[in-house]
Amino acid sequence: MNTAPVSKVYPIPHPLPLDSGQVLEGAQVAYETYGTLAADKSNAVLVCHALTGDQYLASPHPITGKPGWWERMVGPGKPIDTNRHFVICANVIGSCMGSSGPASLAPDGEPYAMRFPVITIRDMVRGLVALLDGLGIEKLHAVVGGSMGGMQALSLAANWPERAARVLVIASTARHSAQNIAFHEVGRQAIMADPAWAGGDYYAGEAKPDNGLAVARMAAHITYLSEAGLTEKFGRRLQDREAKGFGFDAEFQVESYLRYQGSGFTRRFDANSYLYITRAMDYFDIAEEHGGKLADAFAGTQARFCIVSFDTDWLYPTAESRHVVHALNAAGAKVSFVELSAPHGHDSFLLEHDQLDRVVKGFVE
Amino acid sequence: MTSPAASLRPDLAAIAAHVAPGSRVLDIGCGDGALMAELESVSGCDARGMELDGALVERCVSRGLSVVQGDANLDLANYPDKAFDYAILSQTLQTATRPDLILDELLRVGRRAFVSFPNFAHWRTRTALLLGGRMPVTRALPVSWYETENIHHVTVEDFRDLARMKGARIERAWFFANEKQIGAPAANWRAEFAVFELSR
Repeated sequence: MNTAPVSKVYPIPHPLPLDSGQVLEGAQVAYETYGTLAADKSNAVLVCHALTGDQYLASPHPITGKPGWWERMVGPGKPIDTNRHFVICANVIGSCMGSSGPASLAPDGEPYAMRFPVITIRDMVRGLVALLDGLGIEKLHAVVGGSMGGMQALSLAANWPERAARVLVIASTARHSAQNIAFHEVGRQAIMADPAWAGGDYYAGEAKPDNGLAVARMAAHITYLSEAGLTEKFGRRLQDREAKGFGFDAEFQVESYLRYQGSGFTRRFDANSYLYITRAMDYFDIAEEHGGKLADAFAGTQARFCIVSFDTDWLYPTAESRHVVHALNAAGAKVSFVELSAPHGHDSFLLEHDQLDRVVKGFVE
Repeated sequence: MTSPAASLRPDLAAIAAHVAPGSRVLDIGCGDGALMAELESVSGCDARGMELDGALVERCVSRGLSVVQGDANLDLANYPDKAFDYAILSQTLQTATRPDLILDELLRVGRRAFVSFPNFAHWRTRTALLLGGRMPVTRALPVSWYETENIHHVTVEDFRDLARMKGARIERAWFFANEKQIGAPAANWRAEFAVFELSR
């Protein structure tokens, strides 16, 4: 596991209080920036990443060498235009690309592993707010996020309402559903069932729970795609063979694809981070944080909101976005909402989509 | 009062001219946001919109307007009472599942409401039905009966009755034919379109 910080790193100068009641001492946040911060610091856009994302938003990933995960959206002349905006993307607390997480060293010099405190989405946002403080940015021009990134954007808007003028939430939700939690639990159990997981203490040894992590990724990956998308891409086609083999190799193309996704993922992600971040997502319920009524979470907000869903996203379906929109309407917030049509399910927010580009550009501008 | 852009549809121009500057406005069935843009840029209003058609919503959001993709039959319920100074329903009443209930909602979320609709009792419509014996296809109602979105045709007199029944006061009314404003006399014969300002 490469936990060496390649990015800029901000050491949070104070203990970070967590929702669990614990405190994280000496935490740090690794981040990337694109564009130039205006003298009055008014042009900052914070982009929050998804579960397995990282700060390499619009620059190559140091391990995989692949382009940044949202390069089609962020850059000079792109919908989030780095010629105009200073774009920040930070690795969340709990993750493994340079920010404090279970693979980081605890004060005793050993990796935290499962001694790392259980965190929430709001704790991740506490880390991001600490970074904004460090950068001297009092108010963001916009906070933007898809999927778990959208949860962070909503959490920022609900808990630090004065910190962002615009809040753009794509393919996300204000709460994790039973089905969402169920899929995550499958992933966590796959990791924990791998003997190499060893109760989380695998950092010193040779073996890592790559098999368990790969299965977790495979299961999760299915939830990011639509059935129609899978059918179109793979159908029942066989992989590198003419006929069924009556065995258990990856005979179907879809199997081969999932195995590839799973094994590729283990090269860049820490299994314990996967446990912690999925748990944080499962705990996510903004209404619960605010007395049970979602509208109360946004009472008095002056921010403008834009909520976007995709019609084929069954992980965070349009109904969840509507739920957020209704709460924002009830709170009197200035909100836009559009359900975009796309064939690819939840992952549509990362893929080519002209309408999404126009909405993002129009809203963030 | 500011003069609205000449490009606005006449019923929208009448509404734009009579919304007090700086008001909070909800435009239901806002289409491409032409009225909202006018109200925001010229009258300094805080305008919000609701539109069923996702492609139109995308155009609104792309031009920086706050528009929610939603169905007036269902989604108005989430707005608090008197959240807006004006609730506007332009050329949408006749497409609603229950226009009477929508009118209630308009007067609940807005202190005042503007409602515009095509008048089914215009002489062209009457003539087309009387002499042609078929559902009218006219300048004001250009779509055939089988594909029109207008499922609840209404006349000026029907609307006045509905307002009375709902205890809504008609503050003002404007009538249009040939893209031009006409006088109130015999409006139920002469008007292709009507705009009413209501309060309760």
